[in-house]
Amino acid sequence: MKIGYYPGCTLKAKAKNLEDSAIASLKSLGVEMVELERWNCCGAVHNLADDDLVHYLAPVRDLIRAHDQGFNTVVTLCSMCYNTLARANLLIREDEVKRDALNDFMEEENNYKGEVDVVHLLPFLRDQIGWDKLREAVKNPLFDLKVAPYYGCTLTRPREITIDDGLSPLVFEDFIEALGATVVDFPESQTCCGSYNIVSNPEAALNVVAEIVGEAGDREADVLAMSCPLCEYNLGRRQEDAMKDREGATTVPVLYFTQMLAVALGLDPEATRFDKNTEATRKFLEQRKLLVSA
Amino acid sequence: MPFAFSLDTVDLDFVEKMKEITAEPFKTCMQCGTCTVVCPMTTSMPMTTRQIMHLTQWGQSEALLSTNAAWICASCHACEVRCPRGIDIPRVIEGLRQLILRENENYVDPGSLDKEKLEEMPQMAMVSAFRKHTA
Repeated sequence: MKIGYYPGCTLKAKAKNLEDSAIASLKSLGVEMVELERWNCCGAVHNLADDDLVHYLAPVRDLIRAHDQGFNTVVTLCSMCYNTLARANLLIREDEVKRDALNDFMEEENNYKGEVDVVHLLPFLRDQIGWDKLREAVKNPLFDLKVAPYYGCTLTRPREITIDDGLSPLVFEDFIEALGATVVDFPESQTCCGSYNIVSNPEAALNVVAEIVGEAGDREADVLAMSCPLCEYNLGRRQEDAMKDREGATTVPVLYFTQMLAVALGLDPEATRFDKNTEATRKFLEQRKLLVSA
Repeated sequence: MPFAFSLDTVDLDFVEKMKEITAEPFKTCMQCGTCTVVCPMTTSMPMTTRQIMHLTQWGQSEALLSTNAAWICASCHACEVRCPRGIDIPRVIEGLRQLILRENENYVDPGSLDKEKLEEMPQMAMVSAFRKHTA
């Protein structure tokens, strides 16, 4: 099976481990991820002003690329790209006036009416591979690994684009179980990590990071798994800053869900790419003998 | 934090502008406070989300635009999915940000940020922060 794949800006740089582990894992499951030609940054955040259309141009151009290249589905790995593309697609499908204005403005492009479906990799695995088939493909079950699933805010909100039940999603939990790992009941799984505030209001972001990581530690999670490079940065790379004033707080390594998948499928370090993770994550995985597949 | 307002501080132009930018029925907010309860950023904000909604309804532009409350909102939509009135609250808060950004005023000056920290950040952190916080 071949699918259209939209990487986004960060997956070509800081989050190469998210991309490499996903492409290799999907290949081993018989799926070729075909990167869209001439894709551009989606803008990272959805435009929330009703009278502003110009910020839809970037995500809609990406959807036009997917359609022009013959794909009826485009898969994303990054949560923020998923959110931005899916919401732009929703506007195109539901608002005829704005759709016409956007198409008129981009007169050099083919008209787009929302023909492409935007799908995140987690529901793609559920719907196109299936948990039973995934379970069968697992060569290195992640027994004894306790994983806190972290959806963050952009995979399940707003409700119109959620990848599963908006308030009680299970797709991440089912994925973790299919790999043989244990799901940690984690009430902060959909709490925002502070997002872009890490740039301009870092203290505000670190406050909420401390809450999330603290809860994962209290619930004895071995790792926090996620699909967003900004969450990975806030919850992982800034974890020490966030927890420094919290006495007795435990640290929790973070990794991408696709890296767990690659390990469970028995892929090599070129696929798992833990070399790009934090020292704390690598140290933990080394102790648990998960850096190299069994 | 208490806010005193009277007819003198009601800014009707602000209310009209907010309606235009947000297209949200913010006047239907019944002040239940659910948004404040579920907001992950509340503890860092100088006023709660409920107060932002209240002051917006009453056209209190000065009280709203003189604090950094709107800039702390992460647009995570935790409030929107639980609002019993169905108000897209992040759009209302975006309206407040836009009123300032459209005057060509930055909330954050990219040149003033710690370069070492910027080097280690994922690209999307900067794209999203500069989209939200710069004109």
